[in-house]
Parts: sequence; structure tokens; C-alpha cells
Amino acid sequence: MLTLKQSRRLNTLLVGGVSWIVALLLFFPIFWMVLTSFKTEIDAFATPPQLFFTPTLENYLHIQDRSGYFRFAWNSVVISFGATALGMLFAIPAAYSMAFFETKRTKGTLLWMLSTKMLPPVGVLVPIYLLAKQFGLLDTRTVLVIIYTLINLPIMVWMIYTYFRDIPRDILEAARMDGATTLQEMVKVLLPISKGGLASTMLLSLILCWNEAFWSLNLTSANAAPLTALIASYSSPEGLFWAKLSAVSTLACAPILIFGWISQKQLVRGLSFGAVK
Amino acid sequence: MNSTTLATPSTATSDARPVHGRRRRSPGWFLISPSVTLLLIWMLVPLAMTVYFSVIRYNLLYPGERGFVGLENFHYFLTDAGFIPGMTNTLILVGGVLLISVVLGVLISALLEAAEFPGRGLVRVMLISPFFIMPTVSALIWKNLIFHPVSGVLAALWKFFGAQPVDWLAQHPMASIVIIVAWQWLPFAILILMTAMQSLDQEQKEAARLDGAGPLAIFWHLTLPHLARPIAVVVMIEMIFLLSVFAEIFTTTSGGPGYASTNLAYLIYTQALLQFDVGMASAGGLIAVVIANIAAILLVRMLGKNLTEKH
Repeated sequence: MLTLKQSRRLNTLLVGGVSWIVALLLFFPIFWMVLTSFKTEIDAFATPPQLFFTPTLENYLHIQDRSGYFRFAWNSVVISFGATALGMLFAIPAAYSMAFFETKRTKGTLLWMLSTKMLPPVGVLVPIYLLAKQFGLLDTRTVLVIIYTLINLPIMVWMIYTYFRDIPRDILEAARMDGATTLQEMVKVLLPISKGGLASTMLLSLILCWNEAFWSLNLTSANAAPLTALIASYSSPEGLFWAKLSAVSTLACAPILIFGWISQKQLVRGLSFGAVK
Repeated sequence: MNSTTLATPSTATSDARPVHGRRRRSPGWFLISPSVTLLLIWMLVPLAMTVYFSVIRYNLLYPGERGFVGLENFHYFLTDAGFIPGMTNTLILVGGVLLISVVLGVLISALLEAAEFPGRGLVRVMLISPFFIMPTVSALIWKNLIFHPVSGVLAALWKFFGAQPVDWLAQHPMASIVIIVAWQWLPFAILILMTAMQSLDQEQKEAARLDGAGPLAIFWHLTLPHLARPIAVVVMIEMIFLLSVFAEIFTTTSGGPGYASTNLAYLIYTQALLQFDVGMASAGGLIAVVIANIAAILLVRMLGKNLTEKH
């Protein structure tokens, strides 16, 4: 018979052991991608796959002249930040109005916004493609900024709304008593209090924009293609350079991975529309 | 409601409700309208165009021929060789990934909460990481480095145990895609459920334990009911994204072999941008919208109350 202390220890050992195994299994593809990015192309294709090899920085050093990495990365940056900034500009006033001037229509509006997310992108692929073509916007960053703003707007409104809802109304009342206008109230009182929430909303939007791969694959080709599209171009048979692919992928995913690690807690709130905190 | 309010023009309604202080008009309507207008346009214009295209003959390869054809496009789409496999694969993908991510998600997050062990923070980070990898990267990493029949990791593992390596994406295309997509979305379920589990009342758990409840009983009667709402959230969000999985198929199998891994989204893409049949693709798009809406209505009904409640 085990004593209580012994059984506790056994329990910890068992739980810890299984958790570590599961985590290592799930993380393995990422680990393997990073490892492969330091291999030569020959090592990367070796059978059986090599765990030990002479590492090389070759793939990273030549990332620009071999795949024009920075042009795509720049597109990703411009599109993600552009759509996030534009989205915030629309979402903050909307969330403010819903949180502090609630009417009987507010709930319905929030749910309706959420329901626009249910519209599958393929349902509107044809008209969006034709409209973009009509207005000369195919393969421009502008079209992706517009679309990403629109697809993330409901999530941003929701997320900011859940942060605003938690702010005590007295604070705003006080500012109003002092004669602050709506704009002053928003800029001088509301934004400073909720800057943590706004920052995580922006972070979530950046992550979603950076990783979006339906519209970027369908609407861009050479000029405005972001990193998702650059990586998709490696799927063609003539692009079988795994070490190179791994290096490009590692660089493309690293910033978002780090963002994600830092802000896991806040992301939960945004991704669950405030239902889980 | 009486006849005077009915006769009031709609512009006056905001003044008619002097709830939020008389000092000035509520800025609510003015502040929310840009977002609402944008989303309305985004929702209605393309959808109206899709409806219009779906009832005319419209192929980009034959620009001259355009005429009303009634429901012909729908007929062609529904009887297309790709439709049944497309529907089936969509169901397999959504159902399979939801099942994997919810069941494993609950188990893994329960496991992590079961005991404090060294390196738990690092384990958490590793578990949620795949969610942040962009779809094209995860698809190609799995295709080239894991599933590849010659130099993939699984091939080496199979050979090590003396088995014949499997060409996963060619022989089991749909199962492989389910694995890739589940690998991306299981971490999302873990992330949400793990956070939800931390808010479970520890005292309640301790009390149950002192009353002689075993870990299984606690899990079944305490943890699982507490997770009902977060699980519903996971199902809803994943459903939105899983109904339109595209990049993972585009970069791995291109829907093949044959239609073996074509889902509805990919089928519509091939008709629109590869065969240039705008009419038929639009009909397919509308069918996708209808399916998504059936799912959405059910889910929003189920979740609507939960989400807007203050708690």
C-alpha cells in the first residue's frame, strides 16, 4: 500500500510524464522544421532523416536572393498593420457605443456582426474576384487590407466591447461632468484605461491577418503576395527545396509564435468572444 | 405600441428615448454606423452578385453568352461529379477535426490541470504553438517533412518497425488532411479549455474529494459541466474556419487524387478560377452559404445567450 505522499508523488510523475510526451509530439513538426532549416538540401532530403548533422546558416544567408523573402515579408507587414489600424479605427467607436450606450438593439447587432463571420469566403469568392478585377485591385495590397479589415472587424468589435463593458461607468460619468466631449472622453479617459485590452485586440488582428491564406492565395500573384503565398509557391514540384522552405517558414512564423506565446491569456478572451477569461 | 409611435419617422426614434442624460443626444447610433454600414455592404453586395450570377450563364471563357438560365447552374453543380465527394469530405473534415480537437482538447487540458509538475509552463507553450503557424507552412511541413514516403519522418518510423512506408497523401488523402488541420486546431481547443479549467473552483473540487469522489467522478460531474460553455465556443469558432478550409488542400493534394480530398470550398475554387465558370461557381457558393447558415443559426441560437450575458 502506498502512503498518501508517495501516491501524490507518483501522480505528479505520471501526469508530468504523459504531458511532456504529448507536448513533445505536438511540437515535433515545428521542432523538425527549425532543425531542417539548418541543414543542407542534401541532408534535408536524406533517408533516414538526420537528427545529427553539421549545421549551416546557408539557407538563412541566401534567403533574400533565392526567394526575395523581404518583399513578401514587407507585404505581410504592410497588409497586417494596415488592416489592423483601419479595423481599430472602426471598431473602437462601435464598441464604445455598444458598451456605454446600450439600446435594445445592441445585443442583436453584436450577434449579427458575429453572423457575418459565418459567411464562408468561397460564397463570395467570385464576386470579390470580379470586383477586384474591375477596379484594378487584383494583386494589390489595398484589396487585402480592405478584406482583412472587414473579416476581422466583428472579432475586434466584440473583443473591445468585452473590455469596455468591464470599465466602471462612474469614471466616464465623472469625465462627462467635467464637460468632456465624446471624443475627449474616448481619447483621454477610455483609451488609457483600456490600453491593455486594445493592445491584445491589435495583436489578435495581426496574427489573423498574418496567417490568412484564402484571400491572399486567390487575389494576389506577383506584386502584393504576402508570406503565406510565398510559402504556397513551394508546393510546386520544381520547388522541392526543403531546407530552404524550412528556413523561409521558420522566419515567417517566428514573430507570430512569439506574439502568441506572450499574449496567450488575452488571446483566449478575444478568440472566445469574451466568453472565456 | 400605440399609433403615434408607429407614425413617428425613424430618424426621430433616437430622440424619443431620453435614457442617457438629457444634456446631449446619445452618440451611440452615430458611432456604430460606420462599422454596421461596412459590414452590411460587405455582406449584401457580394452576396447579391453571387445570387445574380448563379441564375445566368456566365463563363469568363465565353464572354458573349450571358442569359437567364434559371436554376440550371444549381442543377449542374448538384449533379457535378465533384459534388457528392465535396460534401462528404467537408463533413469528414469538419466532423473529424471537431471530434479530435474537442475530445483530445478536454483530455489534455484536464491532464495539465491534474498536477503541478516541472516544466508545466513550457509544456503549455509547446502545446499551443501549432495554432500560430500559418496554414500554408503547416501543410507543407507535414507534406514534405513528415508524410513524405521516402524521406519523411513517418516513413523512417515505419521502416524502423519493418513496415512498408505509406504514401500518406496519395493513399489516405482525406485522413492526412484531417490530421494536418486537427494539428492546427487542437491547440486552439487546448488554449481555450485550459484557461476555462483554471477558473474552476478549487474548493469545490477539494470538497468533492473529501466526500470521497474519485478523480473520474470529479471529472465527469464537476469539470465537464463547467466546460460546457467553452466547448460550445470551441465548436462554434472552429466550425467557422473548418467549413472553408482551403490552403491546406491547395498546397498538399490539390483536391486529388480525383476528388478524393476536394471539399466544397476547393470545388468552388476550381470551378471559378480554374474552369472560369462563374455561374456554376456562384451556385456552389450559395449552397455553401446555405450550409454555413444552417450551422450558424443553430450555433448562434445556442450560444447567443451565453455570449452577451454579463458574468
